[in-house]
Amino acid sequence: MTDTEDKAKADQTELLSFRVGTQEYAVDIMTVREIRGWTNATPLPHAPPFVRGVINLRGTVLTIVDLSDRLGMGPIEFSERNVIIVVEAGRQLVGLLVDAVSDILTVSAEDLQPPPEMLTEGPRTFVNALTIVQERMVRILDLDAALPAAEIEAA
Amino acid sequence: MSIENDPMAEIRATFFIECEELLEALQDGLQAMEEGGTDDETINIVFRAVHSIKGGAGAFGLEDLVRFAHRFESVLDAARSHQLEIDGEVLSVLFRAGDMLNDLVSAARDGEAVDPSLTEEAGKALDALIGADGPDGDGAEEEEVADFAPMALSLDLGPLDAGEGAEENAAGSDVPAAPGEAGAPGGPMAGPDGSPVSAGTGFRIRFRPHSALFASGNEPLHLLRLLDEMGTMTTLCRAEDLPPLGEMDCEKSYLHWDIFLETSEEENAIRELFDFVEDVCDLTISPLTGEDMAELVRHAEAIAREEVSPGGTAGDGALMAGDAPGSSGEVASGKPEAEGSPPPSAPKTRKAGGRSVGSGRNEGGSKAAGKGKATGGVKTKPTVRVDLERIDRLVNLVGELVINQAMISQSVEKAGLLTNPEIDSGLNEFMQLTRDIQDSVMMIRAQPVKSLFQRMARIVRESAAAVGKNVRLRTEGEGTEVDKTVIENLADPLTHMIRNAVDHGLESPEERVAAGKPAQGVVTLSAGHRSGRVVITVSDDGGGINRERVLRIAIDKGLIPENAELSDNEIDNLLFLPGFSTANEVSDLSGRGVGMDVVRSAIQALSGRITIQSRPGEGTTFTISLPLTLAVLDGMVVEAAGQTLVVPLNTISETLTLGARDIRVLGPETRMVQIRDTFVQLFDLGAEMGYRPPLESFAGKVVLLVALEDESRAALVIDGIVDQRQVVIKGLQDTFGRVPGVAAATILGDGKIALILDPADIVANSRNKAPNTQADLSLAG
Repeated sequence: MTDTEDKAKADQTELLSFRVGTQEYAVDIMTVREIRGWTNATPLPHAPPFVRGVINLRGTVLTIVDLSDRLGMGPIEFSERNVIIVVEAGRQLVGLLVDAVSDILTVSAEDLQPPPEMLTEGPRTFVNALTIVQERMVRILDLDAALPAAEIEAA
Repeated sequence: MSIENDPMAEIRATFFIECEELLEALQDGLQAMEEGGTDDETINIVFRAVHSIKGGAGAFGLEDLVRFAHRFESVLDAARSHQLEIDGEVLSVLFRAGDMLNDLVSAARDGEAVDPSLTEEAGKALDALIGADGPDGDGAEEEEVADFAPMALSLDLGPLDAGEGAEENAAGSDVPAAPGEAGAPGGPMAGPDGSPVSAGTGFRIRFRPHSALFASGNEPLHLLRLLDEMGTMTTLCRAEDLPPLGEMDCEKSYLHWDIFLETSEEENAIRELFDFVEDVCDLTISPLTGEDMAELVRHAEAIAREEVSPGGTAGDGALMAGDAPGSSGEVASGKPEAEGSPPPSAPKTRKAGGRSVGSGRNEGGSKAAGKGKATGGVKTKPTVRVDLERIDRLVNLVGELVINQAMISQSVEKAGLLTNPEIDSGLNEFMQLTRDIQDSVMMIRAQPVKSLFQRMARIVRESAAAVGKNVRLRTEGEGTEVDKTVIENLADPLTHMIRNAVDHGLESPEERVAAGKPAQGVVTLSAGHRSGRVVITVSDDGGGINRERVLRIAIDKGLIPENAELSDNEIDNLLFLPGFSTANEVSDLSGRGVGMDVVRSAIQALSGRITIQSRPGEGTTFTISLPLTLAVLDGMVVEAAGQTLVVPLNTISETLTLGARDIRVLGPETRMVQIRDTFVQLFDLGAEMGYRPPLESFAGKVVLLVALEDESRAALVIDGIVDQRQVVIKGLQDTFGRVPGVAAATILGDGKIALILDPADIVANSRNKAPNTQADLSLAG
């Protein structure tokens, strides 16, 4: 391995990409703790609609967020392929309910581009950056913004 | 940087843990004094606590702490020597100094600074007691540090310690120490201390008693004691001739002594002592030489090496024997004089060497004595210090075990295996064991409320001083054990309640006297177990709640309607309303806008309840009732709208099945159920939780009658009761924040999460809710 390759490697991040509705999203793979099949969640009363409820993750209570609903695309369509991606955001674990996991991508920092201005001006945007992988646009999810905890506390 | 990389950090951490224990002993001692226990031993305990903190602080170079502890110690020393009479005035200064010491320790631990003016104020108050003028000069202080630093290391660095520790020994030696058990066979070495002498001259005495000495009724101990009175004596008891126990003849003499005596007496005077035994012992007396001293130093080193475990080894024990009878405490505490004594100079090699043995001995002796006496002579059970994280992990694991056990029971039942008696009894035993383990683990987490009460004692002192009242705190049931988390979370509400009691509850001294009460008010803090719950009360013997005023304020603030007719109890409970504060003017203490409502929500967050009783002229009592543990609860597993929910068993007073006739309608929405001769409002649980729209008819449904805080009742409509069992509480807060109507979650036997309800919250939410239920429903989705 040459020095340049080493350097290039340092700039690269690995992303886990998944499908929500028809769109492809990704999160830094280092935040992903595990991927689980769908299990019925216990609904929480008076919770925002995108919070599907809580499930038992080996003895701890895990909040499940319907990412499709959270991203404003309506509640997820139920299917057998639905999975829960358990991510660690801040100090807490949260389960993201998505349609399906697609791939593990390796992208370098320079391939990431900021989302268009008009998007960031909006009241809420959950996308950090965009990248193109094999002609598909992948949206890098801003976990901290997308997760409910902060919002609930503020309310 | 991090603790792992720095061995000193670990030692430091240990020091601060020890400080906590010492501060507790200090508080205990002061409290005992306050209750009239001004005996020497109590004062000694307090003295030792302060002294040990000073010692440790010196080793870590915590100068502020050392300086203050020293001033504190000087006062205590005066008290110990009866130069200072302990009365209420002195005690209050001592208490304040104790608080300050506590602050300084915390500040040192957290690397913060304490306002020097406060320290100085407390220090001045101390100095005033003994008429001292300000803190010691720098010189004394340095000496102080030099004096103490080696102590922390001396146990494993004997030789190094020998020289430096000498000074301390010099101080200790002003006590005429009796040789005590030194002569007892079995102690390989013994060494009583002598009184201070100025001369560097002396004799080396070798004394080997024959069996005949004992047969003639003589006793080496007396001889050694007499010798000791002649000067500074260091004794080595030689036991190398001692045969194995099996071959030992109890009538024979095997021990001999090597005595280094520094004295101004003549050789003849020494010989005189041995007059009567001269023919039944081997005795050589020779002037002390440099070689002798070197030998002594070697012994000192050997002893220091043997002493690696504090107060443990045989050598250590024997060494201590010399000091044992009554003097060991003094040896440790003779220190203050050391500060005044000039540093050893020219002939110090001999002196230092000669005393090094004693130094080792003092160390061991004082340590053991301190430990033994601090516990009041009561034999304490051995304990271990365990990282709280480990216990929490164990608690969690046991929680898993309980869930797992429930799962197995459920699947065994499903598989129809319960007909097999072996499986059935095995399963039952498993269940029993699980419960036992769980109880034991919970007991590990339990702690006496004492530490909490001690903190409150301080709050009482400070708040009483701030409002100029004379208040005494009486505590009961300090030994009551409560879950650690509960104790931690009780501190804030209790602090507030205590301040309230002092500020608002108690009258001013003049008013008290006018009402025929003693000027000193009493705040009582008690703890106890009652029917499976912990009950803590805060009461004062003040004037009771001024109900007229409370009512007036509540009306003025628009908290209740003008014409409201309230019972006494209802008026008292107005205190818990948010935004209620009776103080006419905002005082320094309470009335910062945080009221009893904050206290109540803090208690409720612990699944507790708080009630209030007040009698005019006699005082007010707040009663807090808490569950024993926050980790498990007995619950009723119920179903509503297809969801499984858990209702805490202790809130349910009754269950019944509704018939169509039991239900009465009141207004457009409110439905009531008649239970015997009372009507209770019905709450549709499925709808309240947002699982489905409200039901048209409740006929055939089951209701749970739940008792609410204000002793009223409510009826929750559910679909059916599933089970009654112990469930493990899993917090929701960590993942989600507070959910209205939900106390926590648990994991059921099928691995699903069920929510644990807070019936009082559900009812309160429902009553406060806007009439438009539809909006809520859509929100809950």
